[in-house]
Amino acid sequence: MVATISWKFTAREIAEKPELFTSGHRACAGCGPAIALRQIMKATRGPTIVTNATGCMEVVSTIYPYTAWKVPWIHTAFENAAANASGIEAALKAMKRKRRLKQEKVDVIAFAGDGGTFDIGIQALSGAAERGHDFLYVLYDNEAYMNTGIQRSGGTPHGASTTTSPGGTDIPGKTQMKKPIADIMVAHEIPYVATASIAYWQDLLIKARKGLEAEGPAFLHVFAPCPRGWRYDTSKTIELARLAVETCIFPLWEAIDSEYSLSPQSKIMTLKPERRKDVREYLKMQRRFGHLFKPKFEHVLTDIQKIIDKRWNKLLKKCSMT
Amino acid sequence: MKAGQQETRAMNGDEAVAYAVKQSDVDVVAAYPITPQTIIVERFSEYVADGKVKTEFVCTESEHSALSACVAASATGARTFTASASAGLALMHEILYVTSGCRAPVVMAIANRALSAPINIHCDHSDSMAERDSSWVQIYVENSQEAYDSIIQAFRIAEHPDLLLPVMVCLDAFFLSHTLENVKVLPDEAVREFVGNRQLPLITNHNGEKVPFKLDPDNPITMGPLDLFDYYFEHKRQQEEAMQKAAQIITETHNAYSQLTGRRYGNGLVDSYRLEDAEIATVCVGSTAGTTKTVVDQLRAKGVKAGLLRLRNFRPLPVRDIKEALENISAIAVMDRSNSFGGYGGPIFHELRHVLYDTSSHPYVVDYIYGLGGRDMPQNIIKGIYKDLMEIVETKSVKEYVQFAGVR
Ligand SMILES: Cc1ncc(C[n+]2csc(CCOP(=O)(O)OP(=O)(O)O)c2C)c(N)n1
Ligand code: SF4
Ligand SMILES: [Mg+2]
Repeated sequence: MVATISWKFTAREIAEKPELFTSGHRACAGCGPAIALRQIMKATRGPTIVTNATGCMEVVSTIYPYTAWKVPWIHTAFENAAANASGIEAALKAMKRKRRLKQEKVDVIAFAGDGGTFDIGIQALSGAAERGHDFLYVLYDNEAYMNTGIQRSGGTPHGASTTTSPGGTDIPGKTQMKKPIADIMVAHEIPYVATASIAYWQDLLIKARKGLEAEGPAFLHVFAPCPRGWRYDTSKTIELARLAVETCIFPLWEAIDSEYSLSPQSKIMTLKPERRKDVREYLKMQRRFGHLFKPKFEHVLTDIQKIIDKRWNKLLKKCSMT
Repeated sequence: MKAGQQETRAMNGDEAVAYAVKQSDVDVVAAYPITPQTIIVERFSEYVADGKVKTEFVCTESEHSALSACVAASATGARTFTASASAGLALMHEILYVTSGCRAPVVMAIANRALSAPINIHCDHSDSMAERDSSWVQIYVENSQEAYDSIIQAFRIAEHPDLLLPVMVCLDAFFLSHTLENVKVLPDEAVREFVGNRQLPLITNHNGEKVPFKLDPDNPITMGPLDLFDYYFEHKRQQEEAMQKAAQIITETHNAYSQLTGRRYGNGLVDSYRLEDAEIATVCVGSTAGTTKTVVDQLRAKGVKAGLLRLRNFRPLPVRDIKEALENISAIAVMDRSNSFGGYGGPIFHELRHVLYDTSSHPYVVDYIYGLGGRDMPQNIIKGIYKDLMEIVETKSVKEYVQFAGVR
């Protein structure tokens, strides 16, 4: 069970809390994932150990002999962040049992990108969730393999052009859909699953804290735009992260003990449908979708809208909003 | 504590390993079952279920995750164990290098089994030989007693602050893993005392302070960072330097252990059998040494000056001991239970001839690939090998340097 919220994370509180993911790392200007990490580390509640899958965030934050991390941190490989977290949690448990742990409680967070989660890391993640380790898994989703040069992943959305699903003359970018990873995690019947966007920092922090407080595995899917991979101006990261929610392409919700509920930022779209924005507004800001605005591929825009509507309606049902 | 206080138990090799792990105060065991290692995991699960250990047992969804969990647990300060074989070890390949690179002193038992395809569950050394360059210490045991003894030693070796490298204890599938043997075991307290508590060396953190080498919220350090052309090479050299210290740590540990138990396996690195005045000798690892010793005795009874060198350690390669033991032998046959396809003989042959190249005596060295996929290695084949060696000495010539023995 997840404890009811007793913290609000005011701007002041957050500003006063020391940075645990510090500046000086080498992420690109406007990097969404770096914002996600910094914000989430502000939600920690005490001693914390972090493990990180291979990917942009690992690479930019730890180039030896430098580090951006003020917490104990380990990276071992790409596909095993959840397995690492299992090992850390097991070690803490055993040392506590043997009275060798100094701290009363140590939290464990695993950070991984969409590649490290939807694709190569899903086995380790599913296994760790099934075993019920007490840890928070954060998927920072920039919707492609950015570290290796913008290749498609199971998290890349329909129609997006990547270096392995290029928008060509015949094929309009990725032909498959984005895998509903957070729903897959809900199906594991773990205590806490939520989606969040870096545009809504307070919601993100609260969800991260809930995930930490949940006893057992928690999964947080964070939408984190990448200016390099999505091809947009570095100043637009937060705007895009907000538009994704406002267009319902990335709705915000949480599932406590598998009970879905819409978060306020998405709930408002049902209460005041006029607030909902056209997905084209979101798509046209990013050159990864540029090819869809050519007459030949315009039907893909319709398809994308259909996918959004279908998934949105499904979600509303799960949230008992219909 | 003396040998007399030991108890004799009928155990197979896998059970002997599980029993040693039970006694070694291990914090985390993360493992995934594969024949013929399964009994290790099963027995240990029973110890956990019956409250006989305080270990946290993580029954993972794959070997890749098992070793990943071990590396992270070890980095958190835990004494850590896993076990695997064949396909499981191959699936761990990526993380084997990560384990040693992170300087995580994980101990792993390998029940040596052939690699697919075709799928085969029986003994050969292809699995662990394929990992010889992964910077793990490799100990190959001759019998279940040695499996038990070596696991206990392995924790002390791996965690030695001058080494901090993982250790693989390799036992032959079925011949050892599933065969009942009388095994002398120490009392729990004696093992506890011998392995001691996990030692954590101090390292310099980013602020220049000395902190324990582990993931500790009070003294945060960053482990497993991106390491490019400006430092990676130095880190790899440090790893090799640690490996070079391993031989001494292994012999010291072996000596301390034999004081406790009265049991010795040569000098801990190599185990020579009737080599002092030998003219011809074979070299092998694992359980084949047992059969070979019988053959040596028979040949000796007939006046043939035959001997055997069993390599207990293949990593680090005991270069000096190999030279000393074999320098004055006229003809040597290596018996390799794995093949290096397209290479010139098997892996032990490669290294042995390479070491002996520097000796002025330049003995003849030939190779016999045997026992792949669990094919038996009976006395008559080993006798045939010694016969070939006698012929080489007589004729001062070698007909074939690399052959398959016992194949149709
Ligand atoms: C086993 C393995 N396969 C492939 C790679 C190469 N690789 C490193 S990072 C990466 C992509 C990471 O993508 P993602 O998880 O989305 O993180 P991002 O870089 O986008 O932050 C890939 C393919 C690897 N390191 N290990
Ligand atoms: S490529 Fe994208 S995710 Fe990677 S550091 Fe740059 S902005 Fe961040
Ligand atoms: Mg990505």
